[in-house]
Amino acid sequence: MPFLPVILWTDALIYLLLAVVAVFVWYVRRHAHLRAPWWRVAQTPAAMSALVVLAVFVVIGLLDSVHFRLALPAAPDTRTDRAAPRELAYAVDVKSALDVLLSSIANRPERTYSAPLATHAYAKETVELPGKDGEPGRQVRDYPRLKYGGAHLRDPGRDWGPDVLRTAFRGAALALPLWLLAALVLVAACTPADRLTSRDFWHAVWRGKTEVPWRAILITLGLLLLVVVPVMLLSRHYHVLGTDKVGLDVLYLSLKSVRTALVIGTLTTLVMLPFSVMLGIMAGYLRGWVDDLIQYFYTTLNSIPGVLLIAAGVLVLQVYIETHPDVFPTSAQRADFRLLWLCIILGITSWTGLCRLLRGEALKLRELEYVQAAQAFGVSQWRIMARHILPNVMHIVLISVVMDFSGLVLAEAVLSYVGVGVDPSMISFGTMINAARLEMGREPMVWWSLASAFVFMLALVLAANLFADAVRDAFDPRVRVGARKLRWGKTTQAGEA
Amino acid sequence: MYAYIVRRVVYAVFILIGVNLITFALFFKVNTPDDIARLQLGVKYVTPEAIAQWKADRGYDKPLLYNARAEGRHKFTDTIYFEKSVEMFRFNFGRSDDGRDIANEISMRMWPSLALAVPVFLVGMLLQITFALMMAFFRATYLDFWGVVLCVVMMSISGLFYIIGGQYLISKLWNLVPISGYATGFDAFKFLVLPVVVGVIGGVGSGARWYRTIFLEEVGKDYVRTARAKGLSEIVVFFRHVLRNAMIPILTGAVVVIPLLFMGSLVSESFFGIPGLGSYTIEAIQAQDFAVVRSMVFIGSVLYILGLLLTDISYTLVDPRVRFE
Repeated sequence: MPFLPVILWTDALIYLLLAVVAVFVWYVRRHAHLRAPWWRVAQTPAAMSALVVLAVFVVIGLLDSVHFRLALPAAPDTRTDRAAPRELAYAVDVKSALDVLLSSIANRPERTYSAPLATHAYAKETVELPGKDGEPGRQVRDYPRLKYGGAHLRDPGRDWGPDVLRTAFRGAALALPLWLLAALVLVAACTPADRLTSRDFWHAVWRGKTEVPWRAILITLGLLLLVVVPVMLLSRHYHVLGTDKVGLDVLYLSLKSVRTALVIGTLTTLVMLPFSVMLGIMAGYLRGWVDDLIQYFYTTLNSIPGVLLIAAGVLVLQVYIETHPDVFPTSAQRADFRLLWLCIILGITSWTGLCRLLRGEALKLRELEYVQAAQAFGVSQWRIMARHILPNVMHIVLISVVMDFSGLVLAEAVLSYVGVGVDPSMISFGTMINAARLEMGREPMVWWSLASAFVFMLALVLAANLFADAVRDAFDPRVRVGARKLRWGKTTQAGEA
Repeated sequence: MYAYIVRRVVYAVFILIGVNLITFALFFKVNTPDDIARLQLGVKYVTPEAIAQWKADRGYDKPLLYNARAEGRHKFTDTIYFEKSVEMFRFNFGRSDDGRDIANEISMRMWPSLALAVPVFLVGMLLQITFALMMAFFRATYLDFWGVVLCVVMMSISGLFYIIGGQYLISKLWNLVPISGYATGFDAFKFLVLPVVVGVIGGVGSGARWYRTIFLEEVGKDYVRTARAKGLSEIVVFFRHVLRNAMIPILTGAVVVIPLLFMGSLVSESFFGIPGLGSYTIEAIQAQDFAVVRSMVFIGSVLYILGLLLTDISYTLVDPRVRFE
């Protein structure tokens, strides 16, 4: 095999999460009462636009979660007479599918900083001019040409502008047919065939009057393609977002950060989810000393300042890694385990909120008639909790999972700044910001690392927030009858009129 | 009502003991002093003698819970648990790993922290409530819609970017105030303006949106409809009825945060070089100074529990139903 698959801890959990989501989707599709709120989400334009953006991030994150070690090229074998198959040697560094896809931009290190799309380095260096007829050349201080950025240009001063513009326009031109194709496939997959051929349907799409907000989805998709395709074309010859201090491509770093953010945002809540759901329901339903104990437990945990608990936890891991170096053969595995550990500790500090909410809800539900009827029939307590309470608090769990996501992504950046975040060797928005923080003081300013982290994070968190809002509006019965009507009712009517 | 408060106080003491045990377990059982010494002295070139010396210097060479070699009550008091954990209840925090008195350090660094945190809290809350009021009053209009959009965008930006952006724009580009640093007395003003502004702006998004939902929840209640049915104008309904009732959850929600203002803000203090408790904590984490981290955990939990207690008391004051529970 040309590669050796490596399943890191977080990979395994992500695959598990994917499986759970798939089962959940299958389950929801079969139940009308569960389909209804999701249908409401699907009708919200902002949520669906956000979903398109999120889908892109998720694809990047998933590609980055397929890890393997590439086989090393066969060494020249002196003992050719032996027929036994030679054992393949594998490279020490763990790569992901995304690394392979991006290998063209990942493996083009410059020496140090360079501005976005630059052809010359950021700082002056001593360059030797070629001398005439074998004489030694003159040495001058100048901005040296980059090794890869714009290397195909013969005269950067003259060719650079037209080349960038031409490539960008080519990308935009290519984006249009791609967009049409994607739009057709997407709409066709979700709409009955007879409506696809009707002029009224496309008219409704154009005016934004379809039930699923196709117009918003297609506009978002178009804008995304309009950015992504030119960037892809440009990145063949340039560092589109510049390079960082050690000359790594910032675009590559930003794309790699996406997985870290997604892992922190999703796994953190999910790692502790079983505990908070179980304890919350138990506290609310069983009452009595169980309730007292669980309440005591989460209030105690809650009163320890979160950052300090995380710091203590990360220090524990650091000590463990340093005393057991043999447990983690590769640095990727070490960094990955630290990421998982961070998720667990973050989860420990944040599960209490959900637990308290579930306790309150279970307290209310246990007094309802259907639960009392179950009790009267002699259904066991555990069965009541599993069959009658749990399904009726799932909307709270769902809302809390999607609402927590963006906060956790933002928290990662802060924790990495404090020094208790992900492993310094792991690429994340936090480590990017942390490394770029001092670059603002340089003259001229190195702004592109920060700007890229800012744009990527804003896109991810904003999309997550918009989607989470729609999910909450659709699932929370309180919001639906009260605020939502006030909030969107008149506005959308005014918009349509 | 007094019985209720007494009950809450007793409960608070138990929580504090729980926190104390957890931190003790975390810092002495899971992370043993040997590990800490090895981390501090450098992992590779460390000798058992050096570790023993390091522990003896800092009083970590005693038994954890029970000292069999000591006499009488010293069997219990001459242990790590008593000296390092129980003493904290007397606010005796001992010395940091670099030999400074932690209690003294805390009492000095408390003031810069408060000078930053209190204005951020007060101005921030005022701004958030005003903004939320505006959105709630003009609810279901474009003003409300774009207000919410603005809030969501603002809360999607990491706090780090507000700080970096503020420092770049106000200090570097416009040269209005120093980028970072601190001075005592009234000179502190020019150093504090920027952190306060940044802190306030950073909190507006999520705060205003949260308060807006509280206002809207209040607007949907029956008594508001009654007030309108009586023929009161919308302004009177809004400012006399809705605002006053919505202030109850807002204020009781804010009470829990007030004691924690002492802890200062980790990130903004260290970015702006303000010598408060937040930057103290960060420095301790980065230097892996466990004595300081432990003390800060303790103080943080005491303040949080105090906040919970204040919340309970404020509930009994504003909501008669709790009093007769």
